[in-house]
Amino acid sequence: MASLTLREVTKAYGATQILKGIDLEVADGEFVVFVGPSGCGKSTLLRAIAGLERVTSGRIAIDGRDVTQERASERGLAMVFQSYALYPHMSVYRNIAFALENLRMPREEIDARVRRAAKMLRLEPYLDRKPGALSGGQRQRVAIGRAVVRDPKIFLFDEPLSNLDAELRVATRKELAALHAEIGGTIIYVTHDQVEAMTLADRIVVLQAGKVEQIGAPLDLYNRPANRFVAGFIGSPKMNFLAAGSAPLAALAAPAGARTFGVRPEHAMIARDGEAADARLSVDIVERLGGESYAYGALQDGAPFCVRAGDALAARRGDSIGVRFDRARLHWFGEDDLALGA
Amino acid sequence: MKASLLTRRRAPGRLDWTDIVSYAYLALGVVMMFGPVLWLALSSFKTPAALIEFPPSFLPAAQRVVTVEGYAQPLELYRVRQPDGSVKEMAQIRRVGLQAQMVDPAAPAAAPVRVPIEAREPLREIAFAWSNYTEPLKAFSFGRFFANSLFVTVVATLITLLINSMAAYALSIYEFRGKTAALTMVIGTLMIPITIILAPVYLVVSAIGLNNSLWAVILPGAATPTGVFLLRQYMLTLPRDLIEAARMDHASEWRIYARIVMPLAAPALAVLAIFSIMWRWNEFLWPLAVLTRSEVYTLQIGLNAFQGELQTQWHYLLAMTVMTLLPVALVFVFLQRFITTGIANTGMK
Amino acid sequence: MSSTQAPTQAAPKPAREGLGGRVVAAALGLFDAPMAWLQRALGLGAMPYAFLAPNVLFFGVFVFLPIAINLVYAVTGGVNIYPSQRPFVGADHFRALGDCASFLDPATCREDHFWRGVRNTLVFTFFQMIAMVGSALVTALVLNRRIVARGFFRAVFFFPVLLSPVVVALIWKWILQRDGLLNAALVAAGGEKILFLVEPTWAMAWAIFVSVWAHMGFYTLILLAGLQAIPADIYEAAEMDGTPPTRVFWRLTLPLLWPNLVVVLVLVLIRGVQTFDEVFVLTGGGPGTATLMVVQYIYETAFANPVQNFGLAGAASILLGALLFALTMLQLALARGKSKEARA
Ligand SMILES: Nc1ncnc2c1ncn2[C@@H]1O[C@H](COP(=O)(O)OP(=O)(O)O)[C@@H](O)[C@H]1O
Ligand SMILES: [Mg+2]
Repeated sequence: MASLTLREVTKAYGATQILKGIDLEVADGEFVVFVGPSGCGKSTLLRAIAGLERVTSGRIAIDGRDVTQERASERGLAMVFQSYALYPHMSVYRNIAFALENLRMPREEIDARVRRAAKMLRLEPYLDRKPGALSGGQRQRVAIGRAVVRDPKIFLFDEPLSNLDAELRVATRKELAALHAEIGGTIIYVTHDQVEAMTLADRIVVLQAGKVEQIGAPLDLYNRPANRFVAGFIGSPKMNFLAAGSAPLAALAAPAGARTFGVRPEHAMIARDGEAADARLSVDIVERLGGESYAYGALQDGAPFCVRAGDALAARRGDSIGVRFDRARLHWFGEDDLALGA
Repeated sequence: MKASLLTRRRAPGRLDWTDIVSYAYLALGVVMMFGPVLWLALSSFKTPAALIEFPPSFLPAAQRVVTVEGYAQPLELYRVRQPDGSVKEMAQIRRVGLQAQMVDPAAPAAAPVRVPIEAREPLREIAFAWSNYTEPLKAFSFGRFFANSLFVTVVATLITLLINSMAAYALSIYEFRGKTAALTMVIGTLMIPITIILAPVYLVVSAIGLNNSLWAVILPGAATPTGVFLLRQYMLTLPRDLIEAARMDHASEWRIYARIVMPLAAPALAVLAIFSIMWRWNEFLWPLAVLTRSEVYTLQIGLNAFQGELQTQWHYLLAMTVMTLLPVALVFVFLQRFITTGIANTGMK
Repeated sequence: MSSTQAPTQAAPKPAREGLGGRVVAAALGLFDAPMAWLQRALGLGAMPYAFLAPNVLFFGVFVFLPIAINLVYAVTGGVNIYPSQRPFVGADHFRALGDCASFLDPATCREDHFWRGVRNTLVFTFFQMIAMVGSALVTALVLNRRIVARGFFRAVFFFPVLLSPVVVALIWKWILQRDGLLNAALVAAGGEKILFLVEPTWAMAWAIFVSVWAHMGFYTLILLAGLQAIPADIYEAAEMDGTPPTRVFWRLTLPLLWPNLVVVLVLVLIRGVQTFDEVFVLTGGGPGTATLMVVQYIYETAFANPVQNFGLAGAASILLGALLFALTMLQLALARGKSKEARA
């Protein structure tokens, strides 16, 4: 277990700047999730930490020791690849044991560790199989097992759930959380799925176009997004954005310098008959999920908008409904898209 | 720990000894692979005299000559060390034993001087002996061999593409009785080289009356199991719906083959065409056995015959070798990527 | 089957309607009417046979019939080329080929050239296989590294593959001749001239070298394709696991490349046994019989000798064919075993 420090890390492929100066502190035992849209540089950052990519500038330190110049093998980290990268010609047992054999660990010790990991990951019945004869979820667990046995300083995960079907993804997500609770290692986890990020992370790092947009605990990001990008990225369905000063906001007092107004669908309400509405939504689509419903449409000035309602939303396409904003959960963003002080 | 030659990736960004070894190996490869061909090309421009020189000069060169007033023939120029140690360019009139009679081209009227031959050194200039190329075209049937090879290559490739694609079509689109047997035969004969049925094929060809005709070279290899195999593998990937849709449109089976499957199989056909061209242009043993009259020789056979007959006429032989190699080299320059990926994908050549 | 043999062109993309395409379409269009008539006359069920017919015809006439004739040749004697006019001699030819006082010494055999050919072919094939696979593997490994201008270097090593055997042999004959480039280099380095193609051991060594030179690029390509099919993240995982480079090679690269390596080994073997062209032009089988190969023996026995002995040539080629068949079966068995293991 270890802590990690990144200082001004940049990475360029030729003239293309992929990472534009990343600063980060990860505490010992923390579960940190990198989240951001595809192509924003999450994998590149993770691989730079792993030592698989060389950074163009900046420093990386593990437990306070500068490892920027060290090879991947020297850093003592373990990585679970998106594709799992299992050795196709080796049995599950050999796959898990491979790294330990590299360390010339005694046989009995290797065996004990492999069996312990297999037990924890429920892989015992499959130890003699080759990866080709395993299901996606089982392969995934082998990949985790391969990381776990080494007792690494930090676990690195690159979108480990993205190759699983929806159901398995939820199940494995829970297992990962349980695993972290059990072994308690430092984990850096990359995903583009903000739900995964919200449910797993102690802290989330939101990346966009090679830059850190915000770092914080999941609920902090949700409640106090630092800027418009984070506000839009975290939360589902997305936050609604309206231009400050547009007609639907007439009843609200915009802070000085505000350019954009934001409110989450779950923080807008459908005005009951007779209740004063902030705006009117002409409904295009209604999604009924059972426990809740979402109405999508356009406000009177044409801006797209989504509002959450309870299970009994009666509105249909073409209806016009009144919408109220929860005054306590409004967001305002300035010229530079930064959040204006609450 | 050091990275090794054996691993795929070197440490990111670091240039270590394994890189240096790799590039040294590649440089050696360039010399080993291109060097001999370059040497052949350079040599092919040398005069017969320059060819028998030892040690050979690198570039084709010839003795410089001048016309000197009062001498009918052009005279060879030499750099001559004078008794006083100075050096002067002089033309040689004739050589007598260890002495040479020489004259100063600037002063042709002066009396010739005798110079010991070790005091003079030939003056040479880069000169390409184009006659190595032009003469065999006139004096030997090189043009005929070339035309024969071209004919064999083009016609054989066309026939190969046609009949193999038809067979591949039948074996990939239809289910019919005997299909398994036909497929087994295709696979089973993949490895039967003409080498082992040389004499009986010769008999068959003579019985049909094709002896000493280019058709004798073209026909026996036209149906290649390799080609059927290659095309069939590709046609199997074509969507079945297409063919059914065409049948719904009342296309005849031939039109489905000609208008739908063939255009879609163009990439595989192109690969087979390249292979066929290579095989045919380079084929040796079978034409050697079946072609005995020089009018029907292909380039390869003609070239081989030359090296037997013209043991000493290396200047013609080298030039003709270059001319045989040239079309292949040109094709390679333009289609290199295509050929290499074709081979990498099919594992054959 | 190994990955090298699977066509990778996945999605069909229609050919550009270029001039060539239109010419082909027009030419094939000539058959529209007759083939449509055929289909009406015989029915849809007959069409596959119609499409197969030309190939089957060619195959029958130029492959199956000759194989049958060869069997007849091998058991009949005389100099007549027509099987019907040849007297039956049973296993005489095979006995003649096998008539040796000692199989270790070709000089004691009745058909000593055959046995010299066998011995030379074995020597040639064995050393050529080692040199070919070794150099192709090294080259493929180097080309698979992150190097600049990989395409260029790959082309460089591949280039000789396209040259005809005659051209290859003449190129090297010119370099290896008495007053050739190599001897010039030797003399310049203070050595003595060597008669490379006149001394038996040298001639064999150069025959092997030239053959490797000419064909190495082909096998390099197959091995390189195999190396590139190994996912990069496996190497990265190994790096994360702190695997030493030699162990990566022996435990990951080599096992994962093994199917391709087997294909290459057997192909080299099969082609080696059939060697004729380059060596024939380079040395003519000489000096003496030092580089005479089995195929040259067959060719000369049937065609080049004053008495054309088709029977003996047929018998020898049946033996060669049996060997090639066995080697092909070996390759298929290995390939099958490999794919079974991968599935298990
Ligand atoms: N080897 C490379 N060369 C050039 N560009 C690359 C390379 N690897 C990744 N990139 C680019 O870097 C950007 C970030 O990639 P990545 O870190 O994989 O994104 P993601 O956040 O989806 O994991 C992408 O735009 C990608 O195209
Ligand atoms: Mg990624």
